[in-house]
Amino acid sequence: MSQVADPLVATPGSRKGTGRRPVRHDDVAGLGKLRAGFFVAPALALVGLFLVFPAVWTAYLGMTNYKLTGLSAKAPDFVGLKNFTDTLTDPAFHESLKLTLVFVLFSGILGQSLLGFAAAWVLRTTNKVVKSLIEFLVLLAWIIPSSVVSFLWVALLDRGDGTLNAILGTQGTSWLTEYPMQSIILFNIWIGTAFSMLLFSSALASVPPSQMESARMVGANTWQVLRDIVLPHIRGHILTNTLLITLWTFNTFTPYLLTAGGPNHRSEILPVYIYKVAIAGGHLGVGAAISLIMLLINLVIAAVYLRVLRERK
Amino acid sequence: MAAITTQSLVKEYPGGVRGVDEMDVTINDGEFFALLGPSGCGKTTLLRTIAGLEETTSGTISIGNRDVTDLNPGDRGVSMVFQDYALFPHMNVEDNIAYPMRVRKVAKEARHKVAHETGSGLALDGLMARRPNQLSGGQQQRVALARAVATRPDVLLLDEPLSNLDARLRLEARTFLKELQRDLGVTTVFVTHDQAEALALADRIAVMKSGKLQQLGTPREVFRRPSNTFVAGFIGSNPMNLVTTTLGTGTIRIGEQEIPLPSSLADLPGLDAGRSIVWGVRPEYLQLSEDPLDVSLTGEVTVVENLGASCLVSVLVGDTRLQVVVSEDDEPAPGTKVWVTASERHSLLFDTETTERITP
Repeated sequence: MSQVADPLVATPGSRKGTGRRPVRHDDVAGLGKLRAGFFVAPALALVGLFLVFPAVWTAYLGMTNYKLTGLSAKAPDFVGLKNFTDTLTDPAFHESLKLTLVFVLFSGILGQSLLGFAAAWVLRTTNKVVKSLIEFLVLLAWIIPSSVVSFLWVALLDRGDGTLNAILGTQGTSWLTEYPMQSIILFNIWIGTAFSMLLFSSALASVPPSQMESARMVGANTWQVLRDIVLPHIRGHILTNTLLITLWTFNTFTPYLLTAGGPNHRSEILPVYIYKVAIAGGHLGVGAAISLIMLLINLVIAAVYLRVLRERK
Repeated sequence: MAAITTQSLVKEYPGGVRGVDEMDVTINDGEFFALLGPSGCGKTTLLRTIAGLEETTSGTISIGNRDVTDLNPGDRGVSMVFQDYALFPHMNVEDNIAYPMRVRKVAKEARHKVAHETGSGLALDGLMARRPNQLSGGQQQRVALARAVATRPDVLLLDEPLSNLDARLRLEARTFLKELQRDLGVTTVFVTHDQAEALALADRIAVMKSGKLQQLGTPREVFRRPSNTFVAGFIGSNPMNLVTTTLGTGTIRIGEQEIPLPSSLADLPGLDAGRSIVWGVRPEYLQLSEDPLDVSLTGEVTVVENLGASCLVSVLVGDTRLQVVVSEDDEPAPGTKVWVTASERHSLLFDTETTERITP
């Protein structure tokens, strides 16, 4: 080819006459640290104001004896790590953490994920009208305000005139006090399954039908199709879904509206425990300390999931 | 190895649309059989019904001596290669090929041994540890073929086997596919919308339209003796000249001109003067001359399309446009007055009403 310079291609020399041209840096966007920093500054400011500052403030409060009422409400004293060590050695906290893990495992990971997946799998081949109807109903459980949902469930499980007792013919059974954990687990599954169902519905739609048919052609049964084709395909979706619902379930406060953590702390999951210590008990400093511990647990969970997610090939 | 027979096979979709309508086809043992037709003609539906992926509405399918109409896909002794190959992206080539045997609970060493043997037969040595996304289109197709034939099926089904390859690779794969089929001797049914592909590969072709069989025959038969105007127009790289016209006394009228009826038709009853017919002749079977000839049609060249070693010449005879293939050195300039002679043997007459061929 000829070596004559193409007039349309800018050469370094041709820039000279055009005056001040921004210097192109050799990072991906060509902006350089200073200008790039300028662009992200507003976002960083918002993140700092609404996420980092409250976390730091919580950490600070956790190291004081700040209370809702009394002298230390006016002038809290710095008490160092006392709140943290007290909490970590408190049997009530241990019990609450255990209940929370049970709650997350059964209502989130097992209940919502499995039920959501099963619903998505079955609805895949269901008639369109029926499918839309069921999706709408399930979604309704998710979008109705929790206070309303809680009222419905109280009405359902009530000892005297509860719908469930009427259906089962078990008048006088107080589900919320006799089976508090089971009640809030079912309650949370009922609310949250919609998310998993929708997520898995779209995940399943992304599996090429020809691959499932290929497996069927060689005689694979439903379980084998799921194991060998579908699950490997939607592995990323499964992990994302598990991460989200683990965190949501871990932090949900709504079960308080059903059982208020009772009876006798038997359904006192961490968010409820914090509420009782900080607001009902007035120990804001201790509450802040527990909150920070919870935040750290969340971070660990998220880190583990992200790690697993990154390992996918 | 087995023959496939369908009897009055119907596949009706909800809403009453028939994908396959009263199909009676026998595909012989070891035959390379093409289902050919335009999109939406039901050829893929027929293939999927044979595979067992679609339920039969009525009629029966037998493979060998077994009635497989109500059997599950996995129990029919049938393998299928999908248009997109449907390789499992999370498995390497070896595991993909071995997967059918894994489902059938063949021991690990045994199935990997078979996978390697089949793979080397299809020039996949050295690719066994790769993932499908690390393979070229042609390699992916060979993996899909290896997976389908590794279990020695009675019947091999191919859905548009060449359509995902680029043009040059397609020709290569075509030869390869024909060789493979001949070596394995497995009854093979493939679906295609490309008539050239069907003519090149198949021992016999079933031409379909709207779920119905139009013609069943060897490539030579469907090319030379299309049973109706649809098949005549569909088969052939250059579309057949189909002229709706009327008969004179022992002649065919083309515009103001007349050419004699082919002698083979002279004794046929019903070919009276004035009868409306469709005259069909392939561009390859028309001859062009710049000198006046007897028994020919005269017209003017309008367009010349270069086809490489030959040219497609459009000639306007009265109001009728005829296309003629001439070799590359003989192409006339547009505007030239030319004489067109139809090969008598290759002139076909079709009924205007039924569109069926009249010529025996």
